[in-house]
Amino acid sequence: MLKVSNLNVHYGVIHAINDVTIEVPDGQIVTLIGANGAGKTTILHTITGLKKATDGSVLWNDTELTKVPAHKIVTLGMAHVPEGRHVFANMTVQENLEMGAFAGKNKEENAAMLKEVYERFPRLKERYRQYAGTLSGGEQQMLAVGRALMSRPKILLMDEPSMGLSPILVQEIFDIIKELHKQGLTILLVEQNARMALSVADTGYVLETGHIKMKDDAKALLENDEVRRAYLGV
Amino acid sequence: MPKKNKRGYIINIIGILIVFALLCLLFDTGILGRRTEYMKGLATIGMFSIIMVCSLNLLTGYMGEFSLGHAGFMSVGAYTAGIFTMLLKSKGITVPDLPLFIVSLILGGFVAGVVGIIVGIPALRLRGDYLCIVTVAVAEIIRVVLCNLSIPAITGSSTFSKSFAGIPKIADYHYVFFAMVTSVTIMYMYIRSRYGRAVIAIREDYIAAASSGLNVTKHKVMTFTISAFFAGIAGAIYALSITSLLPTYFNFSKSSEFLAMVIMGGSGSMTGSIVAAPILSALPQIISYVNADFASYRMLIYAVLLVLVMIFKPSGLFGNYEFSLTRVVDKVLGKGKGGATVNEGGKKDE
Repeated sequence: MLKVSNLNVHYGVIHAINDVTIEVPDGQIVTLIGANGAGKTTILHTITGLKKATDGSVLWNDTELTKVPAHKIVTLGMAHVPEGRHVFANMTVQENLEMGAFAGKNKEENAAMLKEVYERFPRLKERYRQYAGTLSGGEQQMLAVGRALMSRPKILLMDEPSMGLSPILVQEIFDIIKELHKQGLTILLVEQNARMALSVADTGYVLETGHIKMKDDAKALLENDEVRRAYLGV
Repeated sequence: MPKKNKRGYIINIIGILIVFALLCLLFDTGILGRRTEYMKGLATIGMFSIIMVCSLNLLTGYMGEFSLGHAGFMSVGAYTAGIFTMLLKSKGITVPDLPLFIVSLILGGFVAGVVGIIVGIPALRLRGDYLCIVTVAVAEIIRVVLCNLSIPAITGSSTFSKSFAGIPKIADYHYVFFAMVTSVTIMYMYIRSRYGRAVIAIREDYIAAASSGLNVTKHKVMTFTISAFFAGIAGAIYALSITSLLPTYFNFSKSSEFLAMVIMGGSGSMTGSIVAAPILSALPQIISYVNADFASYRMLIYAVLLVLVMIFKPSGLFGNYEFSLTRVVDKVLGKGKGGATVNEGGKKDE
């Protein structure tokens, strides 16, 4: 269970995140939707320690993450797929995946995990010696997800996995998300594509300029008039 | 794979020994006649330049951060080695050349490495241009400190101060050659290791590296320190072969000269550094050999060369290609590609 409570984050004098509380129960997909600049990415960065919180707490299975340095968080079973397909462009696909398991020192375990990721994404296996920068957008996103899976996470934080992808690829990525969820992975999904995100999620949060505007069952949010008008364009 | 590795090691060691034998043939048999001493000096300069440029390549090529103050670390190594050997000399302690050489080098590298840590921990929170400015500042601070240095008390002579001469000339080219081979091999192994991989990942994508569980600061500081360490070793060799030190030698333009060598050889290629360093460091000597008045034009030639490289091969002469002796041997013997054996050998010289 990931529990973010009363989180406040500042960039200089700008109050980016204002008293945000989010709960991600085990085995669920929770989505955080909102417009550009609402603070979605900032929340993820604060959870994974890339950004320091001003105050508030991030509790992950009894561990206070705000006190844990970023590089140790991976070892606690939390993996982050950063926004905009951050892959290591001048490293091969395989090297990219191996970097995902950097924190795990057990060689056999890493090799087994690599095999598992290749089974899940056969396209990555076909291209294992190719430089990551030469992959297509969808493949890079798969690689980013695969790399995150290499650390054997219990929870996956995904930052706009659909960004810049064609509708078919967006569908493909969301199928992957559903598949991962079915296998018991907890997922916190940050998305601008509200319709897709809400259709796969259990719970949804609507973020507006650093505040949580609404929290409800994902299906209920899909029906909500305000959400429909503001985010679904209906 | 172990058998393959072993074969690679043997081939590389043989390659290194052949280069060494060629150097011996050139300098010890006297076929160069009265120019022997001069050429020896040139070779030594080339060899410490290789260490220097490779160490800078660790930062520029693999970590992706520019340092425009590497001469500062070199001067720390040089002064450490110089003061150390002068101290022993003034106390009347005589040590055989080889151990003295090794100890001076390690000491020079160690002190430069410590300075590297002290600078690195706060400075490496910065990236890009800002880090570059800090390295310039550090080198300037070191230079100014050395300019005002006066510690006559240690040596017991009042003449000892900012610039001094009379350092024992113990950097025989035989020793220097093996110091260079060892240094370059260690740096190469570092880059090939798990840690090197991490550093390259950080260069490629900072956010992705951090979210993959890499301790970004630790890896950067470690690389910076190793780089400073080897710059210190290069400085120590400089001190022990040139025998006199002048703080103004290690100025900004010296730093940028080394950076130019890295870029010309190809940042991200040790092979490039190994080829570019001796050629470019010998260039001024060769020019002044042809015409003494021309020596001061070397910066002009550097600039033109740099512009040409930038236009025709922006990634440097070698890009990120690494020469592999094993591969060449395999090709010559007509063996098929049997996996990628990577190790470099046959360090080229002069």
